[in-house]
Amino acid sequence: MNAASHDHPAARALSIADVSHAFGERRALADVSLEVPAGSFTVLLGLNGAGKSTLFALITRLYDNVSGQIRVCGHDVRRAPSAALRQMGVVFQSRALDADLSLLQNLAYHAALHGFGFAAGRARAMALLDIVGLSDKARERVRALSGGQARRVEIARALLHDPRCLLLDEATVGLDIGAREGIIALVRDLVARRGLGVLWATHLIDEIAPSDRIVLLHKGRVLYSGGHDGLLSETGATTIRDAFTAMTGAADAKPGGAPA
Amino acid sequence: MKPVAMDSLAPATESFRSRSGISGYLACFNGIVWREVLRFVHQRERFLSALVRPLVWLFIFAAGFRQVLGVSIIEPYETYVLYEVFVTPGLIGMILLFNAMQSSLSMVYDRETGAMRTLLISPFPRWFLLISKLIGSGAVSLLQAYVFLLIAYFWEIEPPPLGYLTVMPALFLSSLMLGALALFISSIIKQLENFAGVMNFVIFPMFFASSALYPLWRIKEASPLLYEICRINPFTHAVELIRFALYVKLDLGSLAAVLGYTVVFLAAAIYAYNPSKGLLGRRGPPGGAA
Repeated sequence: MNAASHDHPAARALSIADVSHAFGERRALADVSLEVPAGSFTVLLGLNGAGKSTLFALITRLYDNVSGQIRVCGHDVRRAPSAALRQMGVVFQSRALDADLSLLQNLAYHAALHGFGFAAGRARAMALLDIVGLSDKARERVRALSGGQARRVEIARALLHDPRCLLLDEATVGLDIGAREGIIALVRDLVARRGLGVLWATHLIDEIAPSDRIVLLHKGRVLYSGGHDGLLSETGATTIRDAFTAMTGAADAKPGGAPA
Repeated sequence: MKPVAMDSLAPATESFRSRSGISGYLACFNGIVWREVLRFVHQRERFLSALVRPLVWLFIFAAGFRQVLGVSIIEPYETYVLYEVFVTPGLIGMILLFNAMQSSLSMVYDRETGAMRTLLISPFPRWFLLISKLIGSGAVSLLQAYVFLLIAYFWEIEPPPLGYLTVMPALFLSSLMLGALALFISSIIKQLENFAGVMNFVIFPMFFASSALYPLWRIKEASPLLYEICRINPFTHAVELIRFALYVKLDLGSLAAVLGYTVVFLAAAIYAYNPSKGLLGRRGPPGGAA
């Protein structure tokens, strides 16, 4: 994709401009702006408490964004929530599957929530379970799955309605190394083959690849947004870990540099 | 993990447009109701405990009270009735009340586990999603109420056969009203642990300060203040609506009250779950995470 096409609103899977949010007196996000181009894997990097989950809640309209603008594939989540929600698939930090239902029932329920008829929903559910390697467990209860398998079901669910923007909030938390690598490979493949725009929120620096875009969120502020190499050159560091430490350290040292 | 072959997944054949039309709404509604029923079927203990509670009241409490509490001829009954007969609509109301609050509990649980978010990020309007969930929960309550009536029949609680049909809309409407109240309560409960407070401050006062266990005229004799409290209690009107409907009669006052309360509770719940107006976004980050 060339630079010119990135300017077109539809080329941006997600566009966030000047978004702030507070819980009472406590400010959680301050003037956050970022973009996730279609066909990109963008890492939202931040420590626990940085504001990642709050940002996800705003994007998915669980909270109302009263300041700034959030657009999904060109649709404003506040003015056109339905169109925006149709274009996004979400994997939340906490597991959101019904443990007492089977994999197929969970996915069929989600398909219904997106308006798919019974047969069409189940057909898509089976196709996606096949893709994530769990079709043989389709009729088993979610309760019986491992953490990694449950995450794959959640990714399948997030893809069920054919979204153009995929949001994953700490999707690998609690998984062993093998499961983590499998999940990351699956999502990177989605970017490469289907041109999805992915926003991958994590606090794990080793999940970042050199080709990724990085948005560094610290105490509710975006400290950096750009390419992997740009972050290194901006801080003069040789590793992302060092760059992260340098940038967040500088922000903490600056008086009033971050919201409480 | 199996090698990923995303190319094998065809794009959604049903377009956004068709999925957001009437058939899409219908599919969404069916899915939500179907899930409520499925969850209920999977939780047999819940079904049993929902039945055991009113049956204990019917078999033990009502049998004991039969001797000490006489019921004079009051509408809708045309003769003196046994206390078990009088108390049956109240016990049906108890099933609906507990089921609604159980549903509220599951919503708090769903919110804590994240399952509620799955529902709320559906592209369909939130009011539609919440009403669909209420109807699903109401369908489950209806099933429980009829099983209770069937058992009660063998305990000589024998309303007219047509009453089993005419009570259905009363049950459903009462269930919607209590479900809407529970939905609103679920939006203001921050954590699951607070649900014990709901039991003490909502369920028990609603149940005991109503006409479920004793006729209102008896309460009036005992305490005019309690009588007034009972009269404004939505649960009283639900019980009376059910009592009259079970005997093929319509209590217009109760019907109007139940309809009115349903609208008010539903509006409050939809408001509370609306991200631009409601309470959810003001309280704190989801699951305690930021």
